[in-house]
Amino acid sequence: MTATVGATGQGARARAETPMARFAAEFARSRTAMLGLLLMVLVVGSALLAPLIAPQDPYDLAQLDILDGMLAPLAEGGSGATHWLGTDDQGRDMLSGILYGLRTSLLVGVSSTVFGLALGLLVGLSAAYFGGWVDTVIMRIVDIQLSFPAILVALILLALLGKGIDKVIIALTTVQWAYYARTVRGTALVERRKEYIEAATCLALSHGRIVRRHLLPNCLPPLIVVATVQVAHAIALEATLSFLGVGVPVTQPSLGMLIASGYQYMLSGEYWISVFPGIALLVTIVAINLVGDRMRDVLNPRLSR
Amino acid sequence: MLVFIIRRLTQSAIVVAVMSVLVFAGIFAIGDPIDVLISPEADEAERAAAIARLGLDRPMHEQFLAFAQEAAKGDLGRSFVHGVPALDIVLQRFPATLELALAAMLIAVLLGIPLGVWAGLRPDGIAGRTIMTGSILGFSLPTFWVGMLLIMIFAVTLGWLPAGGRGATREILGVPFSFLTADGLAHLVLPAINLALFKISLVIRLARAGTREVALQDYVKFARAKGLSARRVVGVHILKNIMIPVVTVLGLELGSVIAFSVVTETVFAWPGMGKLLIDSILQLDRPVVVAYLMVTVLLFVVINLVVDLLYSLLDPRIRLGGSRS
Amino acid sequence: MNQDQPMKGQQIEAGAPLLRVEGLRTEFETRAGAVRAVDGVDLEIRRGEILGLVGESGSGKSVTGLSLLGLVDPPGRVGGRILFEGEDLARAGERRLRHIRGARIAMIFQDPMMTLNPVLSVETQMVEAVLAHARVTREEARRRSRDALARVGIPSPEERLRAYPHQFSGGMRQRVAIAIALLHAPALIIADEPTTALDVTIQAQILFEVQKLCRETGTALLWITHDLAVVSTLADRIAVMYAGRIVETGSVAEVIDTPRHPYTRGLINSVPSRNRRGQPLAQIPGMTPSLLDLPRGCAFRPRCPRAQEDCQEEPGLFGAGHRWRCFHPEPVPAMGPATEVRA
Repeated sequence: MTATVGATGQGARARAETPMARFAAEFARSRTAMLGLLLMVLVVGSALLAPLIAPQDPYDLAQLDILDGMLAPLAEGGSGATHWLGTDDQGRDMLSGILYGLRTSLLVGVSSTVFGLALGLLVGLSAAYFGGWVDTVIMRIVDIQLSFPAILVALILLALLGKGIDKVIIALTTVQWAYYARTVRGTALVERRKEYIEAATCLALSHGRIVRRHLLPNCLPPLIVVATVQVAHAIALEATLSFLGVGVPVTQPSLGMLIASGYQYMLSGEYWISVFPGIALLVTIVAINLVGDRMRDVLNPRLSR
Repeated sequence: MLVFIIRRLTQSAIVVAVMSVLVFAGIFAIGDPIDVLISPEADEAERAAAIARLGLDRPMHEQFLAFAQEAAKGDLGRSFVHGVPALDIVLQRFPATLELALAAMLIAVLLGIPLGVWAGLRPDGIAGRTIMTGSILGFSLPTFWVGMLLIMIFAVTLGWLPAGGRGATREILGVPFSFLTADGLAHLVLPAINLALFKISLVIRLARAGTREVALQDYVKFARAKGLSARRVVGVHILKNIMIPVVTVLGLELGSVIAFSVVTETVFAWPGMGKLLIDSILQLDRPVVVAYLMVTVLLFVVINLVVDLLYSLLDPRIRLGGSRS
Repeated sequence: MNQDQPMKGQQIEAGAPLLRVEGLRTEFETRAGAVRAVDGVDLEIRRGEILGLVGESGSGKSVTGLSLLGLVDPPGRVGGRILFEGEDLARAGERRLRHIRGARIAMIFQDPMMTLNPVLSVETQMVEAVLAHARVTREEARRRSRDALARVGIPSPEERLRAYPHQFSGGMRQRVAIAIALLHAPALIIADEPTTALDVTIQAQILFEVQKLCRETGTALLWITHDLAVVSTLADRIAVMYAGRIVETGSVAEVIDTPRHPYTRGLINSVPSRNRRGQPLAQIPGMTPSLLDLPRGCAFRPRCPRAQEDCQEEPGLFGAGHRWRCFHPEPVPAMGPATEVRA
């Protein structure tokens, strides 16, 4: 550890060897962020392992018993199994419903972000690299799209496309790409003026190669931060859309869908159908945001003191 | 100043034109409008007649011109469900949404700025950290979920405030408003807080970042060196400087608040145009959706324009620049 | 509240200095440990006197100025004694300090672009300064502001009062700042590099103006600067600061003509006008040390041509009146100031 400490020597804290390790060390200095990371791992883990750990497959109608409907948390069902978080009106175990719902929510959130990121990267890099009228046209479109709230754009798209997980992903991708395109272009323009790009151009490397091997890797870190937070936004947006009745179909409920279908029972006292998925949604979003927030602080020292 | 306004007006007109093309393309070109425009029971002959009547057999650009012509006259078609001009329905619902949105903005500013300035003055203090963590929560929580929570707590459990609807209203110039009656105000509180929540976080962050930056400026030190009280330094010297970004962003956010009221209005059964939009989407009432969109686009453009003007009023440097150009 | 009437009842202690600073320490808590920006500074200013506080950037001279008025931002901590008109400002509460700031001690900062709030009119900023210490009507405050602008040589003050800072040139802005500083006829003005950001010609004007105004009103001046040439034409006495300490102090003649501390000698030699044409400009070798990593003993030791073994010990102050903090001071030259020190 002391090997890399330079001549300045004095009072220097131990410095990690690679930028990545330094990033991790700096990240870990915030306890809130570490808690967020832990929660995030927990959430993603349980979503991935849902088929293994869920007491019941909520999609398998054969496993549902309508007689078990509306059981309160900790109640014992007809089959003798304890429903830790109760059951919904169709006798679906809420814990299982939430674990599977988490899968849907994460699937939509992550994949729409990844698609949006890919599209945004492509468009943003093209704009920055080619400049001129290509840049002008692309950025005009981006500006116009971004001047409208995401929820409105998504609502209209889903109104046109209809329900379905794939359609929600399309809508959320459409909502997000412009955001990335702008970020990428901004970063890329800064990078482009730097000397290493000039050097690469002088070496007569192809457009594709310069963009792929030189521009892209340098634009990526800020993007990853943006994307992390954006996953949380996408999940929240999907939940909202599903709550409004234009999102995922009833057959493949996300957390938002679960909350919406429990909403009508909430006022009559059966709080658990809505509240537990709500808490799951909350934990997921907050965890991702805490992690993303810290990453931004660490990568952007100007903001943190 | 005049040149500045004219230039901005021209830009705005272009945006409206572009958006009407997009709305037209979105609603009329994607998918087959016949399916929704004509009732499913209609037979072949009726279909053909309707297509001809609606001009759907004509080429795209002609259709668009017809649409634009009608739109310019304020005719955006009739609602399938209600059977009256779509624009009328939307405009009828507009005051309720505007009232809700403005109430939410007011709450966001009144709570967000003091909290943000406080957090900005003591970024490392306990209060500052708590406020910031709270604002992450505000950013994170989906509006509908908070709305449900508010209903659960204040309407169902405590029974302090009504859970939905607009309550009694009183009219100003023929437009009904809730905040003028005690009952209406009670109905307004929860949805306004709900809608404000996301923006409070935004205001807190803006105010905090601004305060942290401004507090380090020499002119703040100079103001203190003049012997001004802390209240005057913060309340005038710091506040006036951070108000510029806050007002700009908030102004621009008014549009998004109006859009987001879709969610709040649905949760609280607030009879505004957001709820109308959801109902219309679910009932496939496309003329109303189009009308909503066009009204919203126009609204956004107007808001952007007003914000620009307001911005130049707040910042004397811009004001001068504007009058010179 | 009557502090706008200068020197009321305080002239009794005529012999005592207006300001006497003893062992001033200002520390900043950082991640890498406490940084002592000001380390045991002693200063004395008599009524109506002009003291030049000279040092390189990072020497702690600006922090010294801010410390006197309790304007150091957290996490900074100020220790020591700041006796002003018989009162220890280091121990005064914020409320008490506020009554002194602007009324008895005023301050002028380096960059006139930054010292006036860009979104408030000059009128607002002057009137609030008047009202902070004087119970007068808005009208009266306005009149005083206008008079103050006229006094510092701003043409058509009535009109300029309504303007915003960005409508003024740099020199004019600094005049406004000076006008604000003079509003309550303070006993002391702390001027932190007030001419550094200005053009040379403007610099001279402002310099002249400030000097004249201070002499007229009997205001003492603490002129903080890195520019030895400027301060030698302006000040009565000079204090040279290095790495948070005063290393030499005395009258202008003493310090400029017979510098004893090698650092002062180096500063004098690096003033361009003192170097003969064609000769390479003399400079002090090395760099200002980091406050986190000060050398043991005399902080100037690593850069000092005269340093010896015993400089590893902390030198005290030598001399009387003209004082220096050095074991091996420069010899007093027989003739005028020598210029042949090689870099």
